[in-house]
Amino acid sequence: MRNMLLLTGGTILDPSCGVNERGDLLIADGKVARAGGRISDVEDAEVIDCTGCYVSPGFIDVHCHLREPGREDVETIATGARAAAAGGFTAVCAMPNTEPVTDNQAAVGFIIRQAHRAGAAKVYPIGAISVGQKGESLAEFGEMVGAGAVAVSDDGRPVASAHLMRTALEYAQAFDIPVIDHCEEPTLAHGGSMNEGIVSARLGLRGIPSEAEEIMVIRDILLARRTGGHVHLAHMSTKGSVELIRWGKERGINVTAEVTPHHLTLTEEAVDGYDTHAKMNPPLRTAEGLAAVREARPHGTIDVVATDHAPHHYDAKEREFADAPFGIVGLETALALVVTELVGTGILDFPQLVDRMSTRPAKLFHLPGGTLAEGSVADVTVFDPTREWKVDPSAFLSMGRNTPYAGRTLTGRAMCTIVDGRVVYRLTQ
Amino acid sequence: MTSTLGKDLLALEPLSPDQIRLILDTAEPFKEISERSIKKVPALRGKTIVNLFFEASTRTRISFEFAEKRLSADTVNVAASGSSVQKGETLVDTARNLEAMRIDMVVIRHSASGAARFLAERIESNVVNAGDGMHEHPTQGLLDLLTLRDHFGDLTGRRVCIVGDVLHSRVARSNIWGLKKLGAEVAVCGPKSLLPWGIGELGVQVFKRVEEAIEWAEALNVLRLQLERMTAGFIPSLREYNRVFGISKERLERAPRDILILHPGPMNRGVEIDSDVADGPHSVILNQVTNGVAIRMAVLYLLAGGRPELAEAAKGSAGGGER
Repeated sequence: MRNMLLLTGGTILDPSCGVNERGDLLIADGKVARAGGRISDVEDAEVIDCTGCYVSPGFIDVHCHLREPGREDVETIATGARAAAAGGFTAVCAMPNTEPVTDNQAAVGFIIRQAHRAGAAKVYPIGAISVGQKGESLAEFGEMVGAGAVAVSDDGRPVASAHLMRTALEYAQAFDIPVIDHCEEPTLAHGGSMNEGIVSARLGLRGIPSEAEEIMVIRDILLARRTGGHVHLAHMSTKGSVELIRWGKERGINVTAEVTPHHLTLTEEAVDGYDTHAKMNPPLRTAEGLAAVREARPHGTIDVVATDHAPHHYDAKEREFADAPFGIVGLETALALVVTELVGTGILDFPQLVDRMSTRPAKLFHLPGGTLAEGSVADVTVFDPTREWKVDPSAFLSMGRNTPYAGRTLTGRAMCTIVDGRVVYRLTQ
Repeated sequence: MTSTLGKDLLALEPLSPDQIRLILDTAEPFKEISERSIKKVPALRGKTIVNLFFEASTRTRISFEFAEKRLSADTVNVAASGSSVQKGETLVDTARNLEAMRIDMVVIRHSASGAARFLAERIESNVVNAGDGMHEHPTQGLLDLLTLRDHFGDLTGRRVCIVGDVLHSRVARSNIWGLKKLGAEVAVCGPKSLLPWGIGELGVQVFKRVEEAIEWAEALNVLRLQLERMTAGFIPSLREYNRVFGISKERLERAPRDILILHPGPMNRGVEIDSDVADGPHSVILNQVTNGVAIRMAVLYLLAGGRPELAEAAKGSAGGGER
């Protein structure tokens, strides 16, 4: 007997096929069997009522930190994958800055195995660019890809050496994977804990100028031009970066970029009061930077939304600002922040949201999913675009509680997350 | 207990001009106590104050301690070395442990900007910021204001320039806010590598050359140049700093007027300031130190709930502090 799931009464929203209309979705044996129209001729399928909801290809987060191996006290692959599913993500890409660093095929295989055991959202490992993320010699891209890695990055540590970045962009082409860079010129950003500007001047905190990001953005774009490699720029935050990426794209250079929900919704003003939950890297920027990354999205200059989900222990954030670690959790608030702050303000529409959170991430990283075309993998997100909820960190499935959005009322919520035709999350209340 | 200042004194930026004037006015009657042969009044009798110094300090710590003792408070000094901080205890644990011993106030000096506020948000005792990183040093700003007011009277329209390493200076930030709130015109001057990016947006003039600052100013507040700024690459050498930005007698003699000289100390003679200026007729550097005790007495008195109109009376009796 076939294993069937029937999603009824929702609106199928699939930018990959240009579909945005009421219809049912039938899933059989982990694949999309039929999409659209009323499906009433199927018996013995489990039925999920999706009235009032969008039924879209599953969201894919190309940038998160799951902390395992090494910091299982902060997050594990299992808790991270469950948090992802609760946020509507059917797949996430895990950054390699673990302890030890994910810089070899065995380490990549470990993540795949842990993710399989968790049985929640899929977890695709990202391998390190350099051995130990030390910025010296290339890690074994080929073996890591063979074990399941989908990209390489030294995220968390900027690639300081232009030569190393060039080599990575060249070598990665044999495996058709993007090279992701965390753009930060280390000597310029040195010791900074927030954006350099009027707020850092007032608070007496060392600043990170926007040029620390932009210098590396243009370096990477020029190296992509030289090598023909695919460079993917993580968490863009400044107006200058957006202008440089546009410059590169107009010239046909293979550059793609992502922006986080927090850089789309907060400015450096959030740091006032030394709130360590507003400490992230790159730092929250000015209103001008916020406007630039927001505007960039409908035109496609910035390709995808990625969370940079970075759980930290409560104690680590409960300290002096300069000593607190960078980063916030994001998997369980990303959808609602984009719905509330971008769709709600008319900057994006829902098809564009699904494009940036599902279709394009799948395409850029050559991942299954991102579409509900018949026969494709049944990774599906059912989300209610009008449901209001209050952010309560204690209710997160992530072990991380470090969010600046606690107490905020947001609109939009994942109701049901389906991976390979199996329900891995369902909102219960 | 909430005073007219609120629970804590963390910075001058959030204070109103009236609150600043209140502290300065309250300091006036306290000045006289330090001139007596018996330098003690009972205003804070029974109060327990912890001086929590995570950074080395001589002048500020002693000034606070004198202020506390002259108000009859019981004081304990905790230095970072030799305490459990050295064993890896966090700031919040240190504070909670102190508070568990039922203290009334904490005076904190810390190398991290925001540390005083961090503490204040987590304990019920009054917190006085004695300098947090590169953020603020509010009692230093207040004693500078008191010293300027002693000389000029009303500060409205008076032109004060802060000279030197503004980037790393908590004194500079407190001065900027305090002076502006009292109506003074404020400028900063120093090598651009030692000025915060965007400082002009705080509403201060910026002079690139010290000669321009001297031409403009009625008072100069000369900041200490930390010797490690040279090794960190902000300036090439102390010698050149002195030649280009040092406050010398020759430079001041070319000024169109007498210029009042302030310095928060400790001075590097021959670097940011020459000895004949520091010891010269227009220097009020030692007046600043004297005023520091009165200002700190006023702040502690007000935070403890002392009523400003009774400050004069508090000098003579135990009736000043509400209990």
